[in-house]
This record gives sequence, structure tokens and C-alpha cells, in this order.
Amino acid sequence: MPDFLLEIGAEEIPARMIAAAQADLVRRVSDLLTRERLPASGTISGFETPRRLAVLAAGIPAAQPDVTEQVNGPAAKVAFKDGQPTPAAHAFAKRAGIDVSELERVATPKGEYLSAKVKKTGRSAAEILSESLPKEISSLHWPKNMYWRKQNERFVRPVRWLVAMLDDEIVPLEFAGIRSGDHSRGHRRLSSGPVKVPRAGKAYIDALHAAKVLARTEREQQIRKALDAATRMIPGARWREDAALLDAVVNLTEWPSAILGSFDREFLELPQEVLVTVMRDHQKYFAIEDSKGRLLPNFLAVLNTDGDPEGLIRHGNERVLRARFNDARFFWQTDQKHPLRERVSWLRNVTFQKDLGSYYEKTLRVQRLCSWLTETLRQSGTAVRPGVVHKAACLAKTDLTTELVKEFTELQGIVGGLYAGVQELDKGMPNATRQLIADTIYDQYRPESAEDAVPRAVEGAVLSIADKADTIAGMFALGLQPTGSKDPFALRRQANGIVKTIAEHKLPIGLGQLLTLSRETYKGAAAETKFKRDFDYEEAIRAFFRERLEFYLREQLAFAYDVVDAVLAAGADDVVDTVARAGAVSEVRGSTDFASISIAFKRIKNILRQAHETGKQIAAGPQADLLREDAEKQLRAQILEIAQSVGALGQAREYSRALTEISRIRPAVDAFFDKVMVMVEDEQLRANRLALLQTLLKEFSTIADFSEIVTEGKS
Amino acid sequence: MPKAKAKSLTFQELILRLQTFWAERGCILQQPYDLEVGAGTMAPETFLRVLGPKPYKVAYVQPSRRPADGRYGENPNRLYKHMQLQVVLKPPPQNVQELYLESLGAMGIDLRQHDIKFEEDNWESPTLGAWGIGWQVMLDGLEITQFTYFQQCGGVDLFPISAELTYGLERIAAFLQDVDSIYDIVWARDPETGHETKYGEVRLADELQMSVYNFEMADVATAWKHFELCEAECNALLDQYARVDRTENSHLSQNPGEVGHPVHEKRRFPLLGAYELCLKCSHLFNILDARGAISVTERVGVIARVRALAVGIAKAWVDQQTDEPESEEKEPEPAVEFAAKSISNA
Repeated sequence: MPDFLLEIGAEEIPARMIAAAQADLVRRVSDLLTRERLPASGTISGFETPRRLAVLAAGIPAAQPDVTEQVNGPAAKVAFKDGQPTPAAHAFAKRAGIDVSELERVATPKGEYLSAKVKKTGRSAAEILSESLPKEISSLHWPKNMYWRKQNERFVRPVRWLVAMLDDEIVPLEFAGIRSGDHSRGHRRLSSGPVKVPRAGKAYIDALHAAKVLARTEREQQIRKALDAATRMIPGARWREDAALLDAVVNLTEWPSAILGSFDREFLELPQEVLVTVMRDHQKYFAIEDSKGRLLPNFLAVLNTDGDPEGLIRHGNERVLRARFNDARFFWQTDQKHPLRERVSWLRNVTFQKDLGSYYEKTLRVQRLCSWLTETLRQSGTAVRPGVVHKAACLAKTDLTTELVKEFTELQGIVGGLYAGVQELDKGMPNATRQLIADTIYDQYRPESAEDAVPRAVEGAVLSIADKADTIAGMFALGLQPTGSKDPFALRRQANGIVKTIAEHKLPIGLGQLLTLSRETYKGAAAETKFKRDFDYEEAIRAFFRERLEFYLREQLAFAYDVVDAVLAAGADDVVDTVARAGAVSEVRGSTDFASISIAFKRIKNILRQAHETGKQIAAGPQADLLREDAEKQLRAQILEIAQSVGALGQAREYSRALTEISRIRPAVDAFFDKVMVMVEDEQLRANRLALLQTLLKEFSTIADFSEIVTEGKS
Repeated sequence: MPKAKAKSLTFQELILRLQTFWAERGCILQQPYDLEVGAGTMAPETFLRVLGPKPYKVAYVQPSRRPADGRYGENPNRLYKHMQLQVVLKPPPQNVQELYLESLGAMGIDLRQHDIKFEEDNWESPTLGAWGIGWQVMLDGLEITQFTYFQQCGGVDLFPISAELTYGLERIAAFLQDVDSIYDIVWARDPETGHETKYGEVRLADELQMSVYNFEMADVATAWKHFELCEAECNALLDQYARVDRTENSHLSQNPGEVGHPVHEKRRFPLLGAYELCLKCSHLFNILDARGAISVTERVGVIARVRALAVGIAKAWVDQQTDEPESEEKEPEPAVEFAAKSISNA
């Protein structure tokens, strides 16, 4: 069975897109082979570099297997008149590729029909691949693609060559005016001329290796080795591990090496954040630190070539970094001429969002929200310094007017924090207070991702929450909420940040109230005229945050999905409370008592739903005098007694103990269903029993909706 | 004072080498456009030429003014006005990247001794309604060129597309001469005396005085007035162009070559004049912006006003080209390329 190879040669594919596109291509080819009954007997693997995406499938059938299919045709009475075949019979026979005499008859419930055995000869793999691959290539998903030849031919960058082979045979195909062949290309500078691929399989990888092109994993190993080797030139030093950066340079090279460069020690006076950002984000350099984690005046650059014997490349990179650091220092010094406090009014000229006005207006709104938040926290006994939050909120966005942030936008917040730490904010302010304000500003954008830490202090948490809530409220009110995969303002990430910050700082803040107040701070502003009419803001926000909370519980705290569904059904407004309930429910989830309570609750829900659907009366509440059987009297007594203690424990957020209480109801519930018939003829009795069940459900669903819990075997 | 590498190209030699290189590859050498523009893309040789079906190859130096980038000549890496060498290849040849890499050789850069990477960087100009897909070309960690496949210009989808190569001349010269400040670049070396003239001697006064003008002294009210006058005139021209088809004079002639016939009237219509007015608006906007005279609420609106002019002109320009008799030749069908054998590596 031949090996298959497809290589798409393109101009440099953006590093960030390579991995996903490669996975997409492998999946498409693999699905195609399965769909066409050409399954690979060996592995299907990818080979990707900045200039190529390739798929190797080991041992695929040279052709599809032949198959015989039974095909049904017209009704026998139509196909044969007086024992003679009609045109219908001839037509069917022709379609099936057999003689009329070979037609069979089958009995069906609708009468006798003609039938034929149709033998389909399997098509060759080459034929199928030639025909189908161009479509798969053009269907590859890219975050951003282009056209260069015809407007309907799209790819991430122009395609320049194609290799498609079954063993050593070319599979002819064409995409974007390029015809497939058996010639690839090697490294741009370390190899010259086309690279003949002798055959699909390992020979392809060997041919590329000879032409100075390495597979992804080998590039990564080679880069790690090169970084280690270069770092060893400085005793005791180590390079800072950075997964995203490593990934980027792996996808920017075909034959990597690394160089160690250095910069003037005096630049180390600049904050580390600035130095590392310049190196990592702008130059894709790795930073180097000493054994104590202190930054050293060195860097590592990954090259897409085999070395730098003359030191020219090192010299060039050092020159660029020096210019960048000089700029950064220049900006830092220039920025100090106007301290942050002078810059607050400058924010009038910085757009937050075109319909939501300036950052100055945002600052005022966020300050109001912060006041409310700090007041709420103080009332519930959380220690927080309103003055610190207020001052930090006032200065939070001023760094957007600084040269340093204009140059290094990813340092917003951080620069503000650093500047606040070295500037006089108010006459006579104690250093500790200033530092806390500086940290609050510094942390305002945290957490920037699911992995990122939340603000260190509660003051930072408050500012971060207020800032994000203000953005979300404004965007939702404009009707710019995320839809599907589109979230241009990263509102999901910001909402995730709010949820995580509230949870980790254990803040008693209701999401609904937070976002309602956030919306209210826009009252009377020009922005309000742009707000969407006929739009249920509260409902949209509620649904949005429920999803975010669900994401947090599942993805970040790893709660089982049924536990998450169960607790969210009982309330999704108070993050801390929801997390506590999820924790408690998770603990009891496996117990037999709860399995059976869960089954009983499902049953109750079903009964109530059916009653509702069939228009059966449910009494307002169970009446004692209408209770006949012992089991139902017993159940009511138990509900009353247990509900009281569950209520008290719930108030105290003693959810584990509350659940233990709830589990006590199990015998009474089991006995009830054993002995009592709910859907009896007597309307009054039935309405009363339904009411009893409804009460049970209501009283014991405040922690979680137990009917959502998945039970073993039956659900 | 740091000394430039003795053998490396002077600033003007660099320009000459690049121009010669591209002229030898079929480019028309244009001269810099004589109005203020923020980038080589804004010169009509790019903005208008990329529209419509006609193939074109051009190279030119474009001094590019960005008032807000001025630093009074104090920052060694920043300029109010920098020089771009702009190359537009329409349609892009399939070996455009290889051609580009060869051009680096023409500047004396031996690629075997350097590290070169094409890193994703997509260009966009909201003011021009233009965008493209491409890379920043990194040479030993230095961004030396913006390489863009234009996709849209003036809000018009392009066919065929163009490749635009924008070389940052000061950066490249500083790299070649190994100097840390743009002002230390050797602009010219007297062949007889060996006397060197530095970039600073040629341009420092320009940087200083224009920074003072743009940041401190440009009269805001006057600039606004100019802006509005140019905008109004540009709009008036666009309105007039739209009416050419329906002009009352059309009965005067049945001959497309004659005065009065719409085809004739269209062809002579000064859309280029309208475009110059649009460019003036764009530059005036930049001055007002540098003066801090544009508020948040205004800013987006003003950009949209300039874009509306650019888009209007682009649409009219395409229309004007379509009516030109000589453009009726068939679009060449893109050629199918055969296996990689015939394609050489750089």
C-alpha cells in the first residue's frame, strides 16, 4: 500500500496560525481518506514550517475496495406489463448497468419492486485525491486570508508550489494555478534550487533535512539546545522560559540557531517590565537572569540560519535593541515632565470607544462604581481603603497619554503603576499608601487571561472589577455584546476576569447589581443616546454572566458539569456563594442518599411538568387536613422540620451541613412514593399532593437543583 | 562622534542602488510626489495606480510627513519626515519575494551572513479605506521593509492586486553604516575630497523647525479653515464628476473624442485635482492632531470625512479608467504555473 504525501508550499505563513492550520489540514485529509474508504494503515502525521504545510499518510489503499449494492427501482407492476419490460424497466437496468434479464424482484410492504445488484468498482486513490484535495486546500480555515490571483481563490499567503505523491508517483492536482509536482523547496538561504522528493514518507523528511528544513519538534529541541548552549557562556545564568515566545520562534524558523547578545548595564535601571516587553514582544528575544532571578544585561535571539560566525547578526541585533532601549529611556524621562496627576484632564482627548466617549468620562464612571463597591465591601466587613481606590481610579488611565505606553501599548496599567510609585501623588502622602495606590493601578487589567493572577490587594480587585464592568455595561448597552466566535472587545475575557477576581478575593458582590449600577452610571451621558432601544439589557447581562460563571466553575475549578448545572439553576448572581455551593454538592454527589434524592427530584419534576401540561390543578400550598396517608403526613412533617434547619444553615453558608440535613429527607420521600399515589382521581387530594411535592422541590432547591445531578445507570 | 563604516553606501548611494535595481526590473522611476503625504502609499502613483485593471510597475522615493512623530531633532530614531522608497508591482510577479531579497543584495547585504525573517504584519489605512496582507521584513532584528499585498484601496476591491514594498531608507542606511543616530548617517561623500555630509547637516533644521511649527505654532483656526475649504472643493468636484454623464451639453456631440461628449468630458475631468485636495485635508488633519486641536468626538468624524473623500475619488477614478478607450484590451488570464522546477530559490 502506497504512502501519501501532500505539501502546500506558501510564502511565509504567520507564525500564530501555523499550528491550527496544520491540525486542520491533517484532520481534513484524514477525514477524506475515511470518507472515501481509503483508510491509512499507518499513521497520518503533519509536517509544518513557515513555508509549508504537509501531511503524510502511511500505507493507504491504492484504490477503494469494490462494492456491490442492492438498489431498488420502480414497482414491478409499472416495470412489467404483460410480462414484458416497459421503458421504466429498461431505464432502471441501464442505470444499474445490467441487462433487463438480470433484474430481481423484492417484496416490500408497498408491493413488489424491481431490484438490482450494482457492482461499483472502487476508484483509484490517485483519482480521488486529485479531485478532492484542491477543495480541502481551499477550505482550510484561516483567521485572515487573502487573494492574489483570482478573487475567489483564497489562502493565507500566496501558494507557490505543491507536492502531491503516492510513493514516487505524482498525484496530479491544481490549486490557485499551481500544479502539483515532486519538487519541494528547502531553506531560503541555506539551500538552493528545487528539492526533488524521491518518494512520499520518510524520504520526504530526509530530502528536506538535506535542504536545511527541520520538523517542528526538532526545531524546538534545536532551539532549546542552542539557547542552553548560548546561556552557558555566562556562569550561573539561565534563560527565562516563555512558552508563547518559544512557540513563535519555532514557527518563524526552518533551521534555527541562537545567539547571545548583550546590552549596556545602565539600561538595567529601567523597570524590568519595560526591558522584558521590548525584548519579548518587539524583538522576540529571550531574557536571561542570574541564579537569583535578576535580569542580566544579555539576551538570546533565535535565528533562522545556521550560525553567526562573524558576529554580524549579533551586532545588528544589539544595535536594534540599543535603539529600542534608548527610546524607552527617552520616553521614561520625557514622561516624568508631566506627572500622572497633570494628565487626568488630558484624558478628555483619548477615546475610550467612539460612542462611549473619552477615558476622562470613563474615569468618572469607574470612580463612582468604585465608591459603591468599597461601600458594599465595608458594610459586609471587608477591610478596604476607599481613599486608595479612589485615587488609583482617578489616575488609572492617565498612562494612556504617556509616550511609553503609546510605544508599548501592552504595558498599559503597568506603566501607570510604575510611574505612580516614583511620583509625588499628594503632598505628605505616606510611602506605604503611595505604593498601595501604585500597585492598584499596576494590577487594574489583571487577570488578562484564565492563567493570569488576580489583583494582589482588595483595592486592586475593586478597581479591576469596576473598570471591566463599566466596559461590559457600555458595550452591551450599545448592542455590541459578543456573538458566536466574535468578541472583538474581549468582553468574555473581561467578564471571566470579574468572576475570577470576585471568587478569589471572596467579595460579596452581586453580578446583577454590579452591572445594573454600571449601566446607570451612563445616565445622562451623551453615550446614552447611542444605546440600543428595545433591548433587554438585564436579561442579556444575566445570561452572559451565567455562561462566564459556568465557564469558571467548569474550566477553572474543574467541577463536574452536572454539579455546575445544578448549582447554577439555584442561582448565579453571587459568585462566592455559587462556588461554595458547588464545592458542597461535589462532596455529596457520589453518596447513595443523594443519588436517590436526585432520582426522586427528577421524578417530582416530571410529575409536576405533566400536571402542568395536562392542566391539573396544584394547590397553593399543602393543607394538613387533606393529607390522608401516613407517608404523606410524615413527608410534610419532615419537610417542615428539615427546611427550617436547612434554611438556617444556608443562611450561614454551611452548605455541607445543609446538604447532610437534606439527605435526611430521603426515607420520607422514598416512603411517600412507595405508599402514596399522586395522580389520583380526587381533584382536591391530587392538587394537595402536587402542592406537597412542589413545596419539597422549592424548599430543597436553594443550594442546587438536584434533578440536574447525573446518577449512575439511570438518569 | 560615531564614525560610519568607511565602505558602506551613503544615503544617496543607497537610493541610487535601489532605484537602479528596480529600474532594471522594469519599474518606471517616478520622482517624489510634490505634496505633503504621510506615506508613499498616499502618492497617486500608488493610491490611484493600484485601482483598475492596468498593469503598472513603479518605484520612487517619497518623503513622508507625520507631524505627530516629530521630536525636535532630539531623538536619534524618530523623524517628523522620513524617506520611503516605494515599489509597486501590479500585478505582483510570482517571484516577488525573491526579487525583493535580491534587492537587498543590491544594497550590499550578503544574505548568507544575515538573519532574515518575514513576520506577519498587515497594513491598514483607515483614512484611505485601504488595507493589505503582508509582513514586516526583519533583518538581524531590524524592520527594514513593509511588504504588502494590497487587497482594497479607497474601499474598492482590487483586481489585479498589487505588491507594495516600502523600504525605510533611514533605518537601512543606519544599519549599513552602523551608526546609532539617524543624524549621523552619511548622506553624501565628496568623491574628490572625501568630505562627508551627514544627514543631520541636511535635515536637522527641518526636523527642529517643523516640530516647533506642528506642535506649537501652526495656527489651529487657519488649519481648520484650510481643511474645510479643501474638503468643500473636493466634494464639489466629486459632485460635478457624478453629473458628467447627465450633462446638458451631451447633445453637443455624438463623437466620444469631442468636447461635449460625456466620454470626452469624463476623461478630462480633474479627479487628480480632487485627490490633491483630499491629500491636503489628510495632512491638515495630521497637523491639527499634532496640535492637540482635535477632540475625541471630532477625531473619528474627521477621519471619516477624509476617508469619504478618498473613497469617492477611488470610485470615480475606477469609473474614469473604465471609460477610457485604450483600456478595452482584455485582462490577461493569470497563467497556470507548473511544478516547482522552473522556480529558483533566492
